[in-house]
Amino acid sequence: MTRALGLVPAMAVATALFGGAAAAQTIKIGVNEPLTGAFAASGTYVVNGAKIAADEINAKGGILGKKIELVIEDNKSNPTEAAAVAEKLITSDKVPVLMGAWGSSLTLAVMPKLMEYETAMVVETSSSGKITTTGNPFIFRISPPSAVEAAAFKGIVDKLALKKVDFLVINNDWGRGTAEDFSKMMKDKGIGIGLVETMDQGAQDMSAQLSKIKSSDSETVIVTTAVDQLTLIFKQAAALGLKKRIITTGGSQNPDQIIAQAGAAANGTMHLTTFLPWFPDKTPNPEATNYFISEWKKRGFEFAGCTESFRGYDGIRTAAAAIEKAGKAEPAAIKAAFWDIDVKGLNGDIVFRKSGPEGKESGQSQPNVYLIEINDGKVAMKAL
Amino acid sequence: MNEFLQHLVNMLVLGGTYALLGIGLTLIFGIMNVVNFTHGVLYTFGAYVMFIVVQQLGLNFFLALPVAVLAGWLLGAAIELTLLRPLRGSDIDTTMLVMIGAWIAMQSGTLWIWGGVAKSVAAPFPEAPLVLGPVSVSWLRLFVLAAAALLILVTYLLINRTSLGRAMRATFQDQDTASLMGVNVDLIYTSTFAIGSSLAAAAGALLGPVYVIFPQMGDLAAVKAFAIVILGGLGNITGAVVGGFILALAEELGAGYVSSGYRDAMGFLIIIAVLIFRPTGLFARAERVG
Repeated sequence: MTRALGLVPAMAVATALFGGAAAAQTIKIGVNEPLTGAFAASGTYVVNGAKIAADEINAKGGILGKKIELVIEDNKSNPTEAAAVAEKLITSDKVPVLMGAWGSSLTLAVMPKLMEYETAMVVETSSSGKITTTGNPFIFRISPPSAVEAAAFKGIVDKLALKKVDFLVINNDWGRGTAEDFSKMMKDKGIGIGLVETMDQGAQDMSAQLSKIKSSDSETVIVTTAVDQLTLIFKQAAALGLKKRIITTGGSQNPDQIIAQAGAAANGTMHLTTFLPWFPDKTPNPEATNYFISEWKKRGFEFAGCTESFRGYDGIRTAAAAIEKAGKAEPAAIKAAFWDIDVKGLNGDIVFRKSGPEGKESGQSQPNVYLIEINDGKVAMKAL
Repeated sequence: MNEFLQHLVNMLVLGGTYALLGIGLTLIFGIMNVVNFTHGVLYTFGAYVMFIVVQQLGLNFFLALPVAVLAGWLLGAAIELTLLRPLRGSDIDTTMLVMIGAWIAMQSGTLWIWGGVAKSVAAPFPEAPLVLGPVSVSWLRLFVLAAAALLILVTYLLINRTSLGRAMRATFQDQDTASLMGVNVDLIYTSTFAIGSSLAAAAGALLGPVYVIFPQMGDLAAVKAFAIVILGGLGNITGAVVGGFILALAEELGAGYVSSGYRDAMGFLIIIAVLIFRPTGLFARAERVG
């Protein structure tokens, strides 16, 4: 019995040694994305994009002489789960850097964990302004905050001759933040703000909200949510005979999926997006864009996912660049290195600028925003 | 006024499907007294059967509906035979735990087979809606309403006008007496659960093409079904139908005139109000005590 007990510490030491040795052969990057629940489609696309980046980096010999390994966890589109997943990735998998968590509410839930464990995270999709303004120095965001989207949209509101707009937004930090930032911009432009309607992230029937919007005196509706709900909204709006101009924001529209699933109901709709896979030559880095799109197709993924998945691809390349710059896979060094990288992203160069209260700034890059329109089942670019 | 009329039309199409969800559960939860946590999974199951038959096998949409109903019937019968029959006579907590387990296992199984990304089913109806003056409604939803009405009517007649229905009611009122009168109690248990399950699958099969299909789609549907059953009174088909329409009305008007952010809360506020004033639900019979 005594001898058996004596074995336990020995085994623990052995496990620690071998475990440590195994871990040291790869550099881990934690990926915290919604693979089930309301945002499953979007999160899955981002993860598939992330895998392309990891494979590309590893095919070229990895970083610091080691392969990178993605540790992918499902946050179930649920903020509580997102925080738990972050904790698990940092404490149990010992990842020195993370990417996540798709939705603004998910990312906001993870942020205190980043502070607690002093580990940085690349935010690839979330657009709530709060993420980079509340003073979390472990946040490095490559997606545009909704204020940046609103600013980009500012140039075109005159051309579209907007007079009064309604909002239909997802009832979380993302949707409400967008309604706030766009309303502010439009009020400055003298455009009237009508209804601000919300919908639950899992809601499937938006007929009540759309009926209300149908009867309002606005001519345009700004819609903010992810692709599955958007498809339902276009179908239900068509069924209600809603004739208003629909403009979507947030960059998670996957226009080709909308065309495929909503059919004629999608015609005439406009979308603010952050990537142009339809026109690779018009993107800031055509060569990288073409490589990514060909790799995406080669893997048999639907083209529709490109507008979402490129963020996963860019996010992992951003994290990898920081690890390389840091020269070691340690959280503090990686966090510091984010400030010195310059990655040729598919949507513009990824260089972080300081954002938020002094002394504890978050990093924010300045990605491009484009407006596209669906006509006769095809995507066309509108000049911003 | 036009907006109000549109809300009423929306309420009708939504209420029809809520009623269908409610009657399936009221048979199982209300009459059999089984807290059926698999109701939502059976709803999801019906929707995936539609997806398989229509999208993957490329067969006719209208053929797929009876296939989904039959598949729901078989799965319900299988659940009753393997899980509920051995537990008959055990306390409600044990049964509830087993049903929660079945719910989680089946939902995870769906996720494992189909993944978390939503699927959609194409329905053979014109995209242009039916426009009647100020209101408009899609043909698919009208079809769903008609199909739901038919299923509700059939179920009502089955329970109240057939000898099988009489045997069902007798069995769950007093199993021993029913047995003495020559009712095959085992068969009644299995067929009641199977009928309730096939109604859940029918609701999923009808609503899958209206919305999108994903593994957790049944969760919210099940919560609403429980609310409808409690609202209408346990085991009462008329109550479940009326409860379904009241819930739909509360959601439509709540979202339309109060706040869309509290759409799902509206229905439950009504339920709280009903339970305060009529704790057994709107249509419950006077219960026999002792």
